[in-house]
Amino acid sequence: MSEILDILLGLGDKLAAHIVLAASAIGLGICVALPLAIWAARSQMVARIALGFASLVQTIPALALLALFFPILLSLRAVFGENLPTLGFLPALLALALYALLPILRNAVTAQANLDPGVLEAADGVGMTGWQKLALVEAPLSTPFVMAGIRTASVWTIGAATLATTIGQPSLGDPIFAGLQTQNWALVVAGCIASAGLALVTDALLGLVERGFARRNRWQYGAGIAAVALGVAAALYAQVAGEDEDAIVIASKQFSEQYILAQLIGSQLEAAGYRVEYRDGLGSAVVHSAVASSSVDISVDYTGTIWTNELDRNDNPGREVMYETIVAWERDNTGIRVLGRLGFENAYAFAMRSDRATELGVSRLDELVRFAPQLTVGGDPEFFERPEWISVRDAYGFRFGETRNFAPTFMYNALRSGEADVISAYTSDGRVAADNLVVLDDPREALPSYDAMLMLSPRIAEDEDVIRALEPLIGAISVEVMREANFAVDRDGEEKLTPAQAATELAERIGL
Amino acid sequence: MVNTLVTPSSGQVLFGGEDVTTLNPARLRRRVGYVFQGIGLFPHFTVGENIAIGPRLAGEKLDFARIAELLELVELEPAMASRRPDELSGGQRQRVGVARALAGKPELLIMDEPFGALDPITRDALGAKARELHDRLNLTTIMVTHDMAEALLLADRVLVMSQGKVVADETPHSLLKGAGGEIAQGLVAVPRRQAERLAAMEDGGQAQ
Repeated sequence: MSEILDILLGLGDKLAAHIVLAASAIGLGICVALPLAIWAARSQMVARIALGFASLVQTIPALALLALFFPILLSLRAVFGENLPTLGFLPALLALALYALLPILRNAVTAQANLDPGVLEAADGVGMTGWQKLALVEAPLSTPFVMAGIRTASVWTIGAATLATTIGQPSLGDPIFAGLQTQNWALVVAGCIASAGLALVTDALLGLVERGFARRNRWQYGAGIAAVALGVAAALYAQVAGEDEDAIVIASKQFSEQYILAQLIGSQLEAAGYRVEYRDGLGSAVVHSAVASSSVDISVDYTGTIWTNELDRNDNPGREVMYETIVAWERDNTGIRVLGRLGFENAYAFAMRSDRATELGVSRLDELVRFAPQLTVGGDPEFFERPEWISVRDAYGFRFGETRNFAPTFMYNALRSGEADVISAYTSDGRVAADNLVVLDDPREALPSYDAMLMLSPRIAEDEDVIRALEPLIGAISVEVMREANFAVDRDGEEKLTPAQAATELAERIGL
Repeated sequence: MVNTLVTPSSGQVLFGGEDVTTLNPARLRRRVGYVFQGIGLFPHFTVGENIAIGPRLAGEKLDFARIAELLELVELEPAMASRRPDELSGGQRQRVGVARALAGKPELLIMDEPFGALDPITRDALGAKARELHDRLNLTTIMVTHDMAEALLLADRVLVMSQGKVVADETPHSLLKGAGGEIAQGLVAVPRRQAERLAAMEDGGQAQ
């Protein structure tokens, strides 16, 4: 319990960012929904289109909606110029505001439709103009219902804002995603408590405002609005005060190795006197463009990932050529500086439980082909879309009985419990050794290499001091050391380490 | 139609010599007091605010004394000004509706089936009160009703409408004397027969 409490106390800046994001999104949602609702109350057509659109948006999973804004904003750069942010606050704001639209819009439209016709006739009868009728009669009488909509939208938005983490916007989702990936449940619980607590407090305050409007009690709604405004202002102040233009921002994707390496890089830079910020748990596709646009400064990426995702290639020219090609391509196309390779590979490989492998008598992919129709293959959520899978499938002619997606952490559990027979493991994964797994050989070299590379954003590409601080990491990390560090974070029990602790141990092991 | 809440499909309504459809609707309606069956008091305003709304829209603030005077005019306590409409009875609400209609010193008062939803005793009392105010304040009043007895007892002049056309335009006296044509006489016959049957019942006979 005290561990969770410690984490909660350290979540101040995430909480502030979460509040600012959610409040902005709800504010934007209100600004769009209310005029639209007024218009909709006067036109059946507008009502049908607006409500239809808002309901449609609601059917898109929040995670997908957030991710969709990346390509949308990217294409809008043609109009608004290269400085339009495609990650972080802006797309999170837009996606969440869209999400907040429906409850506000629906309640506002319903409220106006249910106004007493006698009262509306009287409003015309006493000589109100359209605007006076809206301001003096329709708006005040609809307010309690509109407030109920805003309240619903707020609770939804605060919950969905945790997903903003995946597109590089700090939020209370940071500890949740980091905890899920490293199986650090205290982090997950702390993140959930914080965001649920925020939602409950907001709901209670807005409930006060709603009842205040319904009873026309000025004190009640005044106090509620004041408390909400105060909370948002405090969060905004905390965020602005905490803003640090000079700090070096280190990105990590959503798995343990990335968290550990980010901490390792961070401590190297801090030792050299830099201030460091972490953007944890970014989506894999998001990291590269974040570095290219200097919204983050440093990431660790893998040759195979860049090769297929950025260079759009699916041939396999061999490890060295691939690396050299990427370095040159990044220099010429994105301005990203590839500082060097860390020394280990985190490649895709197919792994089985050793007892199963012995039972079937397989140690190579080509030997697995004839058993495949009876087997279930598990992969991370992107694996079966990736060219590596297609290349392996075609090179060996695999036809598995079933394919299933698992979060990387759960893939190994699935193998252990028999829900999957073969998984797409990662070579640097500590659980390969710890679970006594057999990594199947790839005699046809269908799987490309995945050398870990240190990537620097254009902003710091020429910064000699940064480079001097990071150079000791180049070529220093063997796959064995990385596996150990990964396992220390991924394992359960007494010896489980946080990514920061594992990074410290790793630094000692490689003699820093 | 007079205050253009409904627009005529043909013909025109003249108000002070002007076609109402050519006037600014909001300004026209402030010159016409309007009382209707739905009453339509604003539930989020106090009684006083409801009464003062017409002048307020014209940019004029009613002081408390004037609100009290209007409330007294419809026989309500001035203290009622601070109450909300939902604390009042139906009859009280309709009185407030009348006070609101009179607040702007209208040139014309339109009462559209104003007492339809009230019990007979309240209805009778309010009808008499409306007639008294009409006389005292020198108003021009148009009252719409389905009740011929109410029309005969309260009005100086009765117009009978059938299918959107005026079919009779008589004084109550000449209507009772048999003028106005078939439709008007059919309507007059109802209260007359009721009165005769009641009188017969009183004399001990059977009401047939």
